[in-house]
Amino acid sequence: MSTLNLLRPSKDNLQSNLYLGSFLVGISILDVFLNSFLKFNITSFLPSIISIVLPFLLGMFGFHLMRIEFSGIKNLDRLNKNINTNNFNAALTLLIIFLIIKAIPPVMSWMILDANISGDSKDACTGSGACWTYIKVWFKRFMYGMYPNEHIWRVNLAFIFLVVLAFVGFVTPQKYRNLLTLYYVVIYPIIAFILIYYLISGGEFGLEWVETGAWGGLSLTFIVSFFSLIFCFPLGMALALGRRTELPIVKYVSVGFIEFWRGVPLITVLFMSSVMFPMFLPEDFFMDKLVRVIIAISLFEAAYVAEVIRGGLQALPRGQYDAAKSLGMGYWKMHIFVILPQALKLVIPGMANTFLALVKDTPLIFVVGLAELAGMLQMAKTNPKWLGYAMEGYVFAAIIFWIICYAMSKYSYNLELKYKTDR
Amino acid sequence: MKLKKILPQAITLLVVIIIFGFFTMNAQLNMENRGIDFGYGFLSQESSFDVQFSLIEYSGSDSYARAYLVGLLNTLLVSILGIILCTILGVIVGIARLSPNYLIRTTAAWYVEFFRNIPLLLQIFFWYYAALRALPLPQDAEAIFGASYLTIKGFYTPSLIWENLDIFIYSVIAAIIAIVFVRIQAKKLRENVGKHLPVLNISIVILFVLPLLTFLFGGVNVGYETPELKQLAKTSFKFEGGLSIPPELLSLVIALSLYTATFVAECVRAGIQGVGKGQREAASSIGLNRKQVLNLIIMPQALRIIIPPTTNQYLNLTKNSSLAAAIAYPDLVLVFAGTALMQTGKAIEIVSITMLTYLTLSLSISFFMNWYNAKIAIVEK
Repeated sequence: MSTLNLLRPSKDNLQSNLYLGSFLVGISILDVFLNSFLKFNITSFLPSIISIVLPFLLGMFGFHLMRIEFSGIKNLDRLNKNINTNNFNAALTLLIIFLIIKAIPPVMSWMILDANISGDSKDACTGSGACWTYIKVWFKRFMYGMYPNEHIWRVNLAFIFLVVLAFVGFVTPQKYRNLLTLYYVVIYPIIAFILIYYLISGGEFGLEWVETGAWGGLSLTFIVSFFSLIFCFPLGMALALGRRTELPIVKYVSVGFIEFWRGVPLITVLFMSSVMFPMFLPEDFFMDKLVRVIIAISLFEAAYVAEVIRGGLQALPRGQYDAAKSLGMGYWKMHIFVILPQALKLVIPGMANTFLALVKDTPLIFVVGLAELAGMLQMAKTNPKWLGYAMEGYVFAAIIFWIICYAMSKYSYNLELKYKTDR
Repeated sequence: MKLKKILPQAITLLVVIIIFGFFTMNAQLNMENRGIDFGYGFLSQESSFDVQFSLIEYSGSDSYARAYLVGLLNTLLVSILGIILCTILGVIVGIARLSPNYLIRTTAAWYVEFFRNIPLLLQIFFWYYAALRALPLPQDAEAIFGASYLTIKGFYTPSLIWENLDIFIYSVIAAIIAIVFVRIQAKKLRENVGKHLPVLNISIVILFVLPLLTFLFGGVNVGYETPELKQLAKTSFKFEGGLSIPPELLSLVIALSLYTATFVAECVRAGIQGVGKGQREAASSIGLNRKQVLNLIIMPQALRIIIPPTTNQYLNLTKNSSLAAAIAYPDLVLVFAGTALMQTGKAIEIVSITMLTYLTLSLSISFFMNWYNAKIAIVEK
């Protein structure tokens, strides 16, 4: 065994370097851990500045000792390759580990350990952590807005129906598969509209009428995004085809439409729908605020959908068009059977991003006075009985939106894999 | 055959004309009935409302046109600050996502997944109503670096007081012109003689030396003013002097840049990954060193992929800055489409001006982008 050279770790002293290195790294992490979880400082006898920096220095030196190339130990090699390639990387690794250890206790204590969830008034919140009682009490408002409590079953029922009907595609026998497109594009939206019109809005069949101003919360987010999504897709497809035709008038009308909506922020579009649009309608003609908002969002998103689909159309090789034409197909036949099925497959990721953006844009409808989830939070926050719990509300809404959006993006990724065809 | 071409166009034209005609007719009728007249004359009238935060001199006695300018400048301020910060953060995170270090890679990935899947409006609300509200009151605030204060009323930091600022600015402009000149000459030299000038070093020297000279000879001087705590009433304190950034601006910039940085990071990652491995190997094999490989081979190709989508994100940021209205930061939408609209009732005029402003901003940027794209596009044979 040669002499131990600490400055240049090598394979000769593998064991001693490894033990000393991992011991130092272990000590440094342990120090931070005790500091953060148990409020116990083992280096308290040192001056404070050294006590803070010491774990970092120890860890750096430990990683330096462990950095032995081709050691022959599988795990050590993997560790070095992944988090310990050089001093800079080791420093970042240590910083991230320390940061995570430091962040866990305050977050845990705020969210769980010191939080309250029992009771049904502000007095129940005695701990220093979050007051989940606030969420519990306001839960119905966050989900259904100002919808009357005794009628909430109608909203639930409508949504259950819609979800069940959405799964029809998975159980259809092979024989009727080719009707599915028709079902999803035409029949399903009509059923959805009927359900929402008669069940949620009511006014007939002995159901009490609930005005759209009372709708709100997460269910409104779903309603607005659902209908905007349904309307913006065919419109966007038409615009994309319009932009690609050789007919000058159709082309420039489409271009103008797309560029206009893409150039303005959604908030001004909503302003337009609420203050400017009623001026453009006959005086005795009344259009519901929610309908105006859905139209505005659909027109706005249609422009984005059009650009995404255009990307797919442009990506198709010319040969596909030529081949279809040589078979004697006309414009519509060619697009429906040859071009669009391939182009739409290509644009799944882009479409998913656009629809995600649509869902994330729905909170903006608060500017016209419709309160979906974020809007309800603003309302609940200013309630004199529940002042000072803004943070809990935002964390709650953020988690819900995050789950929805993350699930959507993962689903689109799966779709992309499913429909991926090698060419 | 001809009918096939004319008919769809005629129908489109007819539909467009009918819709426009219907709308204008109704608008005229409605305005007549309500006694509103159409016109942009109100722009020169006295606005008689105050704006909390303004980059230019403004008071209630100024015109609506000036209020519009105040809003526009505030929008541009937020956008520019947001663009700078989101670029810095986005590039760092984008590179971090390709790091060989597993922990850094994962942390960056989680940052992206986390911030881009939460609605921007919610994030703005969070920073403004929850995070910045947890800051201390002015009298309890502790100094950062001895002179800056982060309080619930905003961020206060020393401001610079210039003497002969114009001379300094001229010197900076002169330095930039000189650098452009040097670059052109260096390129000529490289292409004609094959000689390499250290352009970067020369540029840095020029950029620092020329403005420094103005301090020595041009009579330029710079002082600073620190914010100081003033007592207004028994329990009410306020910082005066120095540069103050209101919490609205602060939370808006934080939220916008954190959100947009996730998209910029993805663009940067895609750009760097888009340059083939063979390019790097080929460049090294003809004897370029690491710096040259990066500067001459990798970056020009990566930037070609990165810049167009990134500009799109900048545009989105500018448009998203209109969410400022939600937390009462006086941007274009709040000042003009909010307050001014409420006072004058000129819905059509004001909404159309606001939309046209945003439209001009985005169309000019996208024209510039198209031109730039055409310029840098690879000419294929």
